[in-house]
Amino acid sequence: MRYHPFVLPFSFGLAFLLIYTSIIWIRWINRLSENDKQLLRKNLFSFNTLAAIREVFMESLMHRKIFRKNVFLGFMHMSLAFGWFMLILIGNLESRTYTAGRINPPYFPIFFKFFRHDLAPLKKLEAYFGFWMDFFLLIVLLGLSLAFIKRAHSKVLGIKRTTKHIIIDKIALTSLWFIFPLRLLAEGFSAALYKTGNFLTSFMGDEILSGIASPTLYLQAWWAYSIALGIFFITLPFSRYMHIPTEILLIFLRRYGVKEKEQHSSFTKIEINACSRCGICIDACPITALPESSETQSAYFLREMRYDKPTNNQNESCLLCMRCEEACPVGIEITRIRENERKEYQLFASESYNYLTSPKNAAKGKVAFFAGCMGHLTPGVIKATLALFKAANVNYTFIDEEGSICCGRPLMQNGQTDAGISLRQINKDLILNSGAEILVSSCPICTREFIEHYVLGIPVFHHSQYILELAMSKKLSFRNNSTKIVYHDPCELSRGLNIIEEPRQLLRLAGELIHSPENSGKQQSLCCGGSLGNTNLSANQRKSIAENTLSGILSDKADIVATACPLCKKSLACSNKNIEILDIAQIMLEALIAPKFIPENTVESTKMESNLTYSPEINSIISE
Amino acid sequence: MRKTVAIIGGGITGMEAAIQINKLGHTVHVFEKDEKLGGHVAQWDHVFPNQRKAREIINELTCQISEEINIHLSSFVEKISQIDDSFVIKSDNNELKADAIVLASGFELFSASKKEEYGYGIFENVITSVDLERMFVEKGHPFMRNGEIPQRIAFIHCVGSRDEKVKRTYCSKVCCITAVKQAIEVKESIPEASVYNLYMDLRMFGPGYEDMYQKAQQKGITFIRGRLSEASEVENNRILIKTEDTLSSRPIKMTVDLIVLMIGISPSLANNQILSDLKLEPNKDGFAEIADDHLSPTHSKVKGVFIAGACTGPCSITDAINASRSASVEVHHYLNQV
Ligand SMILES: Cc1cc2nc3c(=O)[nH]c(=O)nc-3n(C[C@H](O)[C@H](O)[C@H](O)COP(=O)(O)OP(=O)(O)OC[C@H]3O[C@@H](n4cnc5c(N)ncnc54)[C@H](O)[C@@H]3O)c2cc1C
Ligand code: SF4
Ligand code: SF4
Ligand code: SF4
Repeated sequence: MRYHPFVLPFSFGLAFLLIYTSIIWIRWINRLSENDKQLLRKNLFSFNTLAAIREVFMESLMHRKIFRKNVFLGFMHMSLAFGWFMLILIGNLESRTYTAGRINPPYFPIFFKFFRHDLAPLKKLEAYFGFWMDFFLLIVLLGLSLAFIKRAHSKVLGIKRTTKHIIIDKIALTSLWFIFPLRLLAEGFSAALYKTGNFLTSFMGDEILSGIASPTLYLQAWWAYSIALGIFFITLPFSRYMHIPTEILLIFLRRYGVKEKEQHSSFTKIEINACSRCGICIDACPITALPESSETQSAYFLREMRYDKPTNNQNESCLLCMRCEEACPVGIEITRIRENERKEYQLFASESYNYLTSPKNAAKGKVAFFAGCMGHLTPGVIKATLALFKAANVNYTFIDEEGSICCGRPLMQNGQTDAGISLRQINKDLILNSGAEILVSSCPICTREFIEHYVLGIPVFHHSQYILELAMSKKLSFRNNSTKIVYHDPCELSRGLNIIEEPRQLLRLAGELIHSPENSGKQQSLCCGGSLGNTNLSANQRKSIAENTLSGILSDKADIVATACPLCKKSLACSNKNIEILDIAQIMLEALIAPKFIPENTVESTKMESNLTYSPEINSIISE
Repeated sequence: MRKTVAIIGGGITGMEAAIQINKLGHTVHVFEKDEKLGGHVAQWDHVFPNQRKAREIINELTCQISEEINIHLSSFVEKISQIDDSFVIKSDNNELKADAIVLASGFELFSASKKEEYGYGIFENVITSVDLERMFVEKGHPFMRNGEIPQRIAFIHCVGSRDEKVKRTYCSKVCCITAVKQAIEVKESIPEASVYNLYMDLRMFGPGYEDMYQKAQQKGITFIRGRLSEASEVENNRILIKTEDTLSSRPIKMTVDLIVLMIGISPSLANNQILSDLKLEPNKDGFAEIADDHLSPTHSKVKGVFIAGACTGPCSITDAINASRSASVEVHHYLNQV
């Protein structure tokens, strides 16, 4: 027997799935820009294709990145994907061997134990095939039990929150959960009635089902198995499981160099569909810890992008802290997609800032220092940075001393490209007119904007890098006073510019760095909550994010929190935690061994309370 | 039988309560963490609305404190526990059982360095209203860090009040009138000086306040409606301030010799411990919560615990004295009934 009507649900589902996804794939590829298509043609027969195949194996089947984040979660995804893949592969080999190489209909290997009860033609291989088929079925079932535990008690697996699913996802998920237990049941009946089983299926047949096994139940079990498969295949393209075929396409295109652009494109559609709603980004997102529930997190944002339109709340509450992107195992360029989505409305025209002109600077230092508008709200940072420059005899000009014009990044983050680009031009003139050879900024937001979007032709440094450079070249020396310092990585500096080690190296010259699990010096640092990318969260919500972040990084031993961003400094200082928050430049200034030629301080100080007391030598540099 | 009342805080509120409750025939113990009585008022030079010496007020209250009143100085109340209807007050060097409590622990000054953009503690010629009072006490006029007499002075209203960014959305009530008072005093001590007040609204609610405002205008003090956006230091350590004149909608940049930050009244952190010991919740601004906004302004929500003065929110001396007397009467009725 090679056919039975119960195979119809499965076959119909599979056919639908294949036709539907092929059409979608072709549509997506067709709508790629000419440039992207060229990349595709050029790379198709290159080493990149091999690399992509390898990546598909490592990520889509083995889920290596998820493994690295969380072993349980990794095992769950791996056992489901790889286990199922192996069942298909071995099943095909088994049926091919059985039929001596004859091409079989697609359902034949899947329902092999229904169609063939006499396994003699497999000869010696019977035991091998039987064992491995049962083995991988067991693996898949294990993964399934983990998935079940994750839904019911996610904390056991180290996951705080799982994704809240919509109805189509629930249907697909339920049918998926039924597939493998039903397969075990159907094959168990086969084993009970016809002795076709191996260790697992025989156990099922002999020990559990033997009492009730009957031809009717047996047939019903195979029907149920086929229906579960059919439902899953039909719902797949409309549910989160569309990520399975899409991720494969995404991996190939990415290997060929296709990226997100300045606007949404067909590639964006592919990225959005590649999101599995695994929910890893939900735990990563600082907004998740707020008491108010919200669906700002990227799993929900991308879902809304796929089916409809993200809400204002989803769009505007996001801090653009990039933690989700860093955590996402699929590697979706979430931040780019979010920024592009915000471009829909231009609230400011490109002429909005026409009244601004770039200030003229008479002084021509070698180094241009740019504090930025945030910098001007933290004068202590400017003062400390310039005091260090003076101590090191740096020939500098403070180019935005008279007041700063925004670098444009906050506008760009909020999709206000017309206005943002006009500001870039004004600052670019200011920087280039200064004639400086190096640009240094104490603000990571400006620094990133300068590096990534201003074509300046001169090197741009964050002040932590530059001060480290001064220390390395012995122009500044510091006294390590063993202060216990906790360093908070600013998002724009760590995830944005990958400047993670330099500030730490510098701080180690002034004191002892204290680490906590949340602060391990990798790209997973927490967000201060102050981000200018968010225009929707209330001051109280931002404060709770700052407080969560401080609780995450602080330990009892710490004397001081150091950061390297004026915005982080301000946001963290607003929390109720009773600890001093200082910029890296302020800490380094306190640890500075003053150069000999500085005269003794003579200014008498009034009795003012100040939380910043420098040594007299240093005071004189400041007031020089 | 005489009942015992513990008063937490020896500012004007605590002093007045001690005097009144003692007159009503109860045993009184005052706990004050400092070495002397008077609280914040003891730091002020002259007080609004009549520019009388703050010392006079403290002296007058001190004279009325009879021998019978037990004053515990340098006694910080760190813990209070409640056993049935009585309370055990634990301070640095004392433990006392009392039948009722008056919480008169006052306020804390907003820490100006939290508004870093105004440069307090960073630029030498940025001072607070409290520093200015101290200068008046010490020298009778304001001065710059280098000892010179400032010629251009700007008062910045609402520092640490009505400001969501520092999580203080309420109005501190007394700083507008204090700024007007101090502006007049600056003008009186340095007649040739230019004095500016940068305000959001002028809240001249009390008796005599509006008259002081008129007087300030007559003296040529300039009032600009606009909130300071940022301050920076320029040559000779003068301060460049930027704001917007919101009446004429134009940006203003000006350089002054000295800026005075009108710091607000913040809830005191030490209070939180006491409130939680007594199972009392702070109100939404963090101050001790009164039982009824209209009818029980000095009752707390716990029987036997009364609250008065600046620990319930910003208030003037007159308000504090009124609240103190009200609390004293309430304490008396309460003790007679238990
Ligand atoms: C800059 C400024 C200027 C002002 N000028 C005027 C003015 O001109 N006229 C006017 O009417 N009002 C003025 N005020 C308001 C005035 O200062 C207050 O109304 C007054 O201080 C309130 O008194 P109080 O006793 O309630 O609180 P406080 O003065 O704060 O006294 C509270 C006392 O309790 C003590 N205490 C606190 N906790 C404990 C504890 N756990 N254990 C023991 N002791 C404790 C404190 O040490 C303190 O002595 C001004 C306020 C400010 C900020
Ligand atoms: S965005 Fe990435 S991490 Fe978040 S649900 Fe989608 S695939 Fe998972
Ligand atoms: S960028 Fe940050 S705030 Fe926005 S969704 Fe991702 S993790 Fe959450
Ligand atoms: S009294 Fe005046 S200065 Fe003080 S907070 Fe209220 S409005 Fe601001």
